[in-house]
Order: sequence, then C-alpha cells, then structure tokens
Amino acid sequence: MTQTESKSSLIVPGEASTSCWSCGTMRATHFCSACGKVQPAVPVDYFTFFGFPRKLELDTTALEKEFYALSRRLHPDVFAQSAKQERAWSLEQSSMLNDAYRTLKDPIKRTEYLLRLEGVALEEQSKQATETARATGELKKQVVPADLLEEVFELNLHLEELRIQKKAGEDDPALLEEIGKAKLSLEEKYDALFEELRGEWKKWDAAVDKGTEEDRRKILARMLDVLNRRNYIRNLVRDVNEAMEN
Amino acid sequence: MASDHIVGIDLGTTNSLVAYMQGETPGIIPGEDGLNLVPSVVALANANPGGNNSAGPNHAGPNRDGGNQVIVGNAARNYLIETPDRAVYSVKRLMGRGVEDIQDELKLFPFRVADDLQPGEVLRIKIGERTYTPPEISALVLRQLKRNAERFFGGPVSKAVITVPAYFNDAQRQATKDAGRIAGLDVLRLVNEPTAASLAYGLEKRQNGIVAVYDFGGGTFDISILKLHDGIFEVIATNGDTHLGGDDIDNLLIAIALDDIQGDLKLDLRRNGEAVQRIRKAMIEAKIALSSQPSTKLDVELPGGKRYQREITREMFEPLIQPVIERTIGPTRQALKDAKLKPSEIDEVVLVGGSTRIPKVRQLVQDLFGRTPHTDLNPDEVVALGAAVQANILGGGSAVTKEMLLLDVTPLSLGIEVAGGVTDKIILRNSTIPASATQYYTTQIDGQTNVAIHVLQGERELARDCRSLARFDLKGVPPMVAGMPRIEVKFLIDANGILHVSAREQRSGKEAEIEVQPSYGLTDEQVENMLLESFDYAEEDFRQRQVIEARREAETILAALAKGKKSPAWQELTAVERTNAESLERALISAKDGDDYSAIRQAIGALNQGTMRLAELMMDTAVSAALKGKAMDDADADLPEGETSQAGHPVAKAEFK
Repeated sequence: MTQTESKSSLIVPGEASTSCWSCGTMRATHFCSACGKVQPAVPVDYFTFFGFPRKLELDTTALEKEFYALSRRLHPDVFAQSAKQERAWSLEQSSMLNDAYRTLKDPIKRTEYLLRLEGVALEEQSKQATETARATGELKKQVVPADLLEEVFELNLHLEELRIQKKAGEDDPALLEEIGKAKLSLEEKYDALFEELRGEWKKWDAAVDKGTEEDRRKILARMLDVLNRRNYIRNLVRDVNEAMEN
Repeated sequence: MASDHIVGIDLGTTNSLVAYMQGETPGIIPGEDGLNLVPSVVALANANPGGNNSAGPNHAGPNRDGGNQVIVGNAARNYLIETPDRAVYSVKRLMGRGVEDIQDELKLFPFRVADDLQPGEVLRIKIGERTYTPPEISALVLRQLKRNAERFFGGPVSKAVITVPAYFNDAQRQATKDAGRIAGLDVLRLVNEPTAASLAYGLEKRQNGIVAVYDFGGGTFDISILKLHDGIFEVIATNGDTHLGGDDIDNLLIAIALDDIQGDLKLDLRRNGEAVQRIRKAMIEAKIALSSQPSTKLDVELPGGKRYQREITREMFEPLIQPVIERTIGPTRQALKDAKLKPSEIDEVVLVGGSTRIPKVRQLVQDLFGRTPHTDLNPDEVVALGAAVQANILGGGSAVTKEMLLLDVTPLSLGIEVAGGVTDKIILRNSTIPASATQYYTTQIDGQTNVAIHVLQGERELARDCRSLARFDLKGVPPMVAGMPRIEVKFLIDANGILHVSAREQRSGKEAEIEVQPSYGLTDEQVENMLLESFDYAEEDFRQRQVIEARREAETILAALAKGKKSPAWQELTAVERTNAESLERALISAKDGDDYSAIRQAIGALNQGTMRLAELMMDTAVSAALKGKAMDDADADLPEGETSQAGHPVAKAEFK
C-alpha cells in the first residue's frame, strides 16, 4: 500500500447548478435562500465555500460570524426530521464547512492550504516524516537554512553533551544555561518568521488583484521558504525540549 | 402526536435517567417507584415463583428473558448483595472494549467473563447462567427507561438522544448506539455528556462567554471547554479519561477495608462476593456521608456474625482519595492548552457528576481554575436534562431552543497506519464534527485488486500505541499496472462522533467495495439478531405486564367488595343482587388466577357493573352518617379503602392514566 498524496483533497472550483432542487428558485451556494432547503454539495475550494477571494489577510471575526451563520443553516441537527437524502447532503455540507473553517481560521494552515491550491508541494518537516524516514532507512530531506548553520551546529554539540551527561547522571548548570539561551534565540526567530510570513501575505493579496503570474509564483516560493524555515526551527525547539526533559 | 416524543437519556455508569422537555423547561421522568435515578444495575431473578422475588409488587413490570425475570434499577440493587452472581453493575466500563482491555477492571469489579469466549469475539458477561454482551446489558437499562417514559406519556416512545462521555472512542460510541437499537430505540444523536450539561446550563443562564464543564461521574471523567455565543454552543476542546470516576474511589476504599478486616479480624473476604458487596455498599454510604459531615461510622455485618466497625473522618478520607482525584488534573490542563486558554480566561466552571459533591474535588477545581465553581445545578440530573434539550432541538425546536445549536468536536485524532507502523493523523482531535478527510491510495503489484487500510484512533505516534478502530479492505480495484489506480478514500466523522468510510477508484470511477471489520464491536447482523430477540421478549413482556396490572386491579376491587359486604349497605341489596354480586366475585377470583388478560378485564368490568348499586348505597350511608353528625373519620371508615367520598365506587382507578 502506498500513499500517493496525503492530507485533504484539493478541489477545483466547479460549476454550480443555479436553482434549488426543491422549489426551483435561484439559490445561495449551500442552501436555498427562498425555501431554506439544503443543497447538494458543490466541489469548491475553501475560500469559495465562504464566498471569500483567495487572499490570506483574513478577518477572522467575519469568518467566525459566517461560520456560525452557515452552521445554523447546514448542521445535521437542523435536518434531523428531514428525508434521508437531505440529511446526507447536510452531513456532507456541514463537514465541508467545518473542514474549511478549521483550515482558514489558522494562519499557518491557511497559508499551507493556499500553497497546495496553487500547486506548490510542501516539504514534509513533520515529526512523522522523521519517524517514517527512520523506519524505512531513507534519508529525510532536511535542508538547514543557511543563516542557521552555525547556530544549529553548536546547539547539536551541546545537546549531544547533555545526553551523555544525563546518562552519566551528571549535571552541568553552565551547559543548561547555554542550551536555554540558544532555545530562546530560536524562539525569537520563530516568532519573527511569522511576521515575515504576514509580510508575504500582503504582497500576495495585492498580486491577486493586480500582478503577473510570475509575481505570484515568486511570492508563493518565498512563503514556502518561510514555512520550511519555521518548521525547521519548530522541530529543533522540540528536540531541545525532549533532550532537556529526558 | 404521542408517537413523536423524543426523549433524552443519560446512560450512566452508576445511574441512568430519562428526561423530556415540557414547554420551556426540561424535566426528569421518574420511574414507577417515583425516583428520578434508575441505578444502572441489572439482575436476573429466578423464574420459579416464590423464589428470590424480593422486589415486591412495586418494581417495574417483569421482563422475562429465557425463563429469567430481568430486574433493573433500585429493585436490582438488593440482588447485588443477596445473589451477587445474578446481578451486574457499572457495565458501561466494558462498552466497546475487548477482553484484553479489561484485565484491570476484572481485578476490581465482580464481572464474570463467559468461559467460552472465542478470540476476536465481542465480550460476554455472565449473569446467572446466561451470558450477555455489554450492549445487551445496557439495552436492558435503556428498555427500563423507555418503559418509564411510555408510562409517563401513555404511549410508545421510540426515539431518543443518548449521552456518552465526551472522551468515548468510536467503538464505545458504536456500542452505545447498538444498545439503543437493541432496546428498540432509534438513537437520533449521541451527545457528549459535558456538552449536554452545558445546554441545560446555557438554557438557564442565557449568557455569552467561555464555560468549562468538569464532569466527574461514577466511572468516567470529562473536561470540556465551550464558547457560548448567542445560542451557539461551540466546543473548543475536550479531554478526559473513560476509566476514572467514583467507582475508583469506591474500589480503593473497599481494598483498604478488606486489608483492614484481614489484619484485624483475620478474615480474608476477597473471594466472598456477598461480603464484598456489603462492604461496597457501606463504603459508598460513608463516602456520600463525608461530603456533608466531618465524620461517619462504618458498621458492616460480616459472615460468621463478626462486625467491621470504624469511624472515618474527612481528614482520613481526603488523603486516601487524593491520588484518584488528582488524575483529573492532567486532562484538564491539556484541554486548556488545546483551547489556547489560561484558567483566568474561563468565565464559569460548571460541575457535573456525582463525584463533584466531594468537597475535596470542589477544592481541586477551585485551585485549578482560580474561581469558585458553579454548583447550582443538580450534578446527577443536568446531563439528562441537557439531553432532553438536544432532543427538543432535533425534534424541530421550540420558542426557547430555536436559536440553540451544538457544535461538538471529536475527542481523539483519527489516523491511518502508514509504512513503518507509524500513525498518519488525518483528522486531529478537537476538530468540529462532522469532519472529513480524503486520502489517496494506489497499488504496489500489477493487477492488485485489494488494498488494506488500518484505521486508528489516538494521539500516539506509533500505530501499535493507538486504538485500532477497524481494518478496511478495499475490494474490486480494477486490475491495472502497479501505481496506476488512484483510489480516493473519504473518512467522515458524523455528528455522533462515529466514523464512516467510502471509497472510489478515480480512473475507472468505480465505487470500491469496503468491508468493514470493526476491531471491537458487534456487526450489524449481530445487532439485528439481538434486536429481534428483544422484540420477541418485548411482546412477551408487554403481555405479562398487562396481566400483572389487571390482577392488581382485580385485587383492589375484590378487597373493596369484601369491605362492602360488611357494611350495612350490603343488607339493603335484594337477595338477587347479592347472589349476582357473589357469583361475579367468584368469576373474577378464578379469572385472576389465570393468564388471560382479557378474561380478567372482562370479569373486572362485570363485577364493577354488578356492584354499582352497592357503591351508591354505601355512598348514601356515608353521607347520611355525616348528616347525622357522625365524625367524617368514622364515615370514611365505612368507605372502601383508598376511596374518597366523591369517587363513591369500590373500584380503584386504573394505574395507567
């Protein structure tokens, strides 16, 4: 068994039927504005599902409000007494609503989703990828960001020393302080990378309105780079925490 | 619209309740004994009459099962002590679990696992000489609740909302749903217990804010953090332990008492089921007493006439239970962390579950959140009341519930096993449900037509540390070159927290057939068989119940007549009237001894008619006695028992209204 892709499916915007199956009037995307009946799900991307443009600066308060409003219309509780077909549509629509909301409300998940939507393959920096690599004996793609090379090298030496000391039951406060400092510096970089990412959002949103395909590709590539560096630091901090706890 | 009642049921480890929303407020439907709580205890009485039938005439109607009489609730509690091998309690702990999961429980609970259990078979527990799966035992409790509701409404009840611990996994949820089906209930929704409690709380308070529900019950612990916003109840995070509750405190106290008895009285009672149950009962009473008073006395009669006597103070009790109640801290902190909230950001902490009556537990909650918890709600009833609110919402809602909507989450991450035995999480815990994820699979060998998928639930990295939910076989993949098929598998967790899987081969557009092999649980067919069996019994039960009720009514009218015959009014009847009444009396006596319900009914009706004039005359006697200035007390003495003067007829009203 092989997985060819992981995570959620990418759905391309589709053609929506324009009239309600039940009363025939013009309808909203997910339910009929005239009779309130739930409609069959149309395969659309998460941004389109909420009626938003494919932009990253997102008003999460407005998103939550829309999420609540759509939940009141689509949730299976509302259709508990309806026919089987309507209940099935409601289940499909509300699961899509929840999946979309969960993805869009989180800034990182939102960015990753947009990248995949735009056909950019994400680096797997997760712990799970590490485990898989360890189990299969394959080398994991792990590019150390250039600006971190020196720092990471030193930190790894310190961590190795710490592990040896722990095994011997020794305790070196100076070493722990050194590692603590390195961790703090990494955490600061981690936070700074989020700000960098937000900067790219603004550029992306502007390029959606008036920009060339080439501009957009460049922004996407930069966002991917920021995410990768961020993931790398996150994993490093996790390693530090594990080494200090064990 | 009698057939449309949707009831809310709290199927608890220790007690179960059924509730219904009447007008604007939910209320508990009491049992025939007038009590709201139905202990989740099931016992089998011996079938032979005059045997161990200590339940008396007030227990709920008999419920025959393979020649045994099934007793549920308060009446069944006596059996725990008198015939411990014919009674079972806390069966919720076994729901959706395999025999290898429950070894720890077996050390602490007197569950007797069936001897002939095959590997991979659903767990069966012995009660008397019969064996039952945990869903079947739960179904017996549910059927009692269903019956209580039917009595209340005077009509059938077939739809219900049932609550489950928020931290229940897929198998435990499925087992609960199966129990509902076996009991003849269409389970419209499984609702998480703390969430249900928040509905009852929210209905009363109608305030926006962040609420934490700390639900420490008889067998399970849940913590849920919700955002209440204009009628939307959005669960942000949930956590818990499905094997942590008052039971654990009881077991700890029992173990201490048994050691104490062995040391002090040189008696090893560990294998004496009856003695252990006596000690258990005393320990539970002591635990409850210590919630309201600083000390209590234990006095248990032991076999051989010895007594175990002790005084326990709260100061002794609290350090003993500290390790148990401290186990609630970890899940609580994790839920706060998942919700990305600090304790100070919680606007209200609501306490649910009987174990939150313990002052030390309240203190712990107060320390965890830095605020006094909300204790206005009855911790035993609030979950059932909330289930009734949800039942009302599902039924279309009413003026007070029409703005209310529950958005719950899945408590555990859903994953699939990938290369190297690693879990790939596809739906993370605390995702709002319904939730879905789509995965793509292909083949590794040319012409391969089957693909196996292993679904897991849990937070651990390695598949072997997670709970195995099911193994799926995607069958009928069109034969193609390896790597060519593209099979889309959709995993969907519904609003009950139960997983559904569908698959499609994209290149051919062919729906792949899925064979679900649940790792723990009954197949649809098994449930169907149990359902049919219980239907058979249900009909039998109903007939039995009718006969018993008719007999009771016959006895009442016969007693009234006996009294009437001693009154002066009897002499005022004509000789023909007296002969007629006496022959009708004999007819009823003989019908009453038979099993024919309609014959008893007919004889009651006939006697009723035949003594109409007697009743009138007795009435007159009473009235004239009163006019003569006789005290009403004496006049009443002339009236048939249980009758008020305006009723004036020696027939008790039917019990069913």
